[in-house]
Amino acid sequence: MSELKFTEDHEWMLIDGSSATVGITDYAQEQLGDVVFVELPEVGKTLTKGGDAAVVESVKAASEIYAPVAGEVTEANDALADNPGTVNSDPMGAGWFFKMSIADAAELDGLMDEAAYKTFVEGLG
Amino acid sequence: MTDTDSTLKQTPLHALHLELGGKMVPFAGYDMPVQYPAGILKEHTHTRERAGLFDVSHMGQVRLAGADAAAALESLVPVDVIGLGANKQRYALFTSDSGGILDDLMITNAGDHLFVVVNAACKEQDVAHLRRHLADRCEITELSDRALLALQGPAAGTVLARLAPAVSELVFMTAAAVEIEGADCFVTRSGYTGEDGFEISVPAAQAEALARRLLAEDEVEPIGLGARDSLRLEAGLCLYGHDMDAETTPVEASLAWALSKARRSDGARPGGYPGADIILRQLADGVARRRVGIRPQGRAPVREGCELSGPDGAVIGTITSGGFGPTVGGPVAMGYVATALAKPETEINAIVRGKAMPCQVAKMPFVQQRYYRG
Repeated sequence: MSELKFTEDHEWMLIDGSSATVGITDYAQEQLGDVVFVELPEVGKTLTKGGDAAVVESVKAASEIYAPVAGEVTEANDALADNPGTVNSDPMGAGWFFKMSIADAAELDGLMDEAAYKTFVEGLG
Repeated sequence: MTDTDSTLKQTPLHALHLELGGKMVPFAGYDMPVQYPAGILKEHTHTRERAGLFDVSHMGQVRLAGADAAAALESLVPVDVIGLGANKQRYALFTSDSGGILDDLMITNAGDHLFVVVNAACKEQDVAHLRRHLADRCEITELSDRALLALQGPAAGTVLARLAPAVSELVFMTAAAVEIEGADCFVTRSGYTGEDGFEISVPAAQAEALARRLLAEDEVEPIGLGARDSLRLEAGLCLYGHDMDAETTPVEASLAWALSKARRSDGARPGGYPGADIILRQLADGVARRRVGIRPQGRAPVREGCELSGPDGAVIGTITSGGFGPTVGGPVAMGYVATALAKPETEINAIVRGKAMPCQVAKMPFVQQRYYRG
């Protein structure tokens, strides 16, 4: 059973047991505009909750992507190197950033589910 | 992220920007569209391939009138204004006593007056500067009742000629007073994209109708400030306050080409503008740092503020503009480096997020300029 969670920094996390796939939401890609480069973490990198995990660059600016929870990077989406625009066209699917192991499942409790995230985004106007 | 700050000024096209779905941001005190729904990449490419319409009404338009206007203006710029023929346009710089650049501007000889366009962020200071130094020599009028539209791209000539056939006669850096759709316009064949195109000064009350008329043409799409910036960066054109400022001189900014022959040491009217001694000495003796083009060798954009280092790791300069060049298909930048490392193809590094990214000093423009010269 996989479960979708969200952060207030507009990242999504598709949790499958003790591992997860991480990307940015449709709202985030819309705000960023055209993505032209993604700097992905190296496999094996230790992530701390809220720490730097990746960088997404739009035409306009660079934005940090933070680790939603602590863990270790197990895979990076290398296809984004040639096609960074996938983050815009399919942010919740082929535009994923990296996969990670989850160090402490209790940290997941602080994340939003889809309904809560939707309300959160609506509250941003 | 829509900013509804009521202290922001609006151009005469503000309602049209909102209607077109423009994403509005504060820029130089104005609420301006950074992009429309198409997005910066598409807007950029559209301008290079067809024609883009830009609202640049936030820029300052000033009229200098009187028999002495050209000679008076020459006291503030290192440029030949007296020798500027009727309906000819020239790029210029306001300089400071220490040789720094106070703003860059376009000067057009409009026959019975000079028509001057200055940057939005500097316009109050520029007009004050003009009044302080020239008020007793010519009549200075800020044309705040006029909007400014830019139509840029390879189809710009065809499109504008449909509405005003007379503009076909214009070549790059020339001007004409033209009636377009019933509006008394002043058109120059110039711009800030590296493409052929026009800047159209139009009475504010008629600006929206003219913009709508131009947007109704098949080739034309609205373009925001985001693409304006990526277009000018690829074209190697400076952005005031970033690539040059009061702390950089025209020689350091690699704008020596803009220093007219007549105003150089061996010219007909040498010096006679603020900072002339410093600027002319630099022209003869060289400078310690220079603005150059920079091509990051990887795919990561290298942005304003990034430090640059030389082969030995020592800091040699800073990036002043940088981003992704949609037409180049990769990152492009410009910045200042020590003159010894300013030759094209010199290998340097940009420090991005603590890492050294290999870059090469590069010739500018990054894309071929396609001005119409007849």
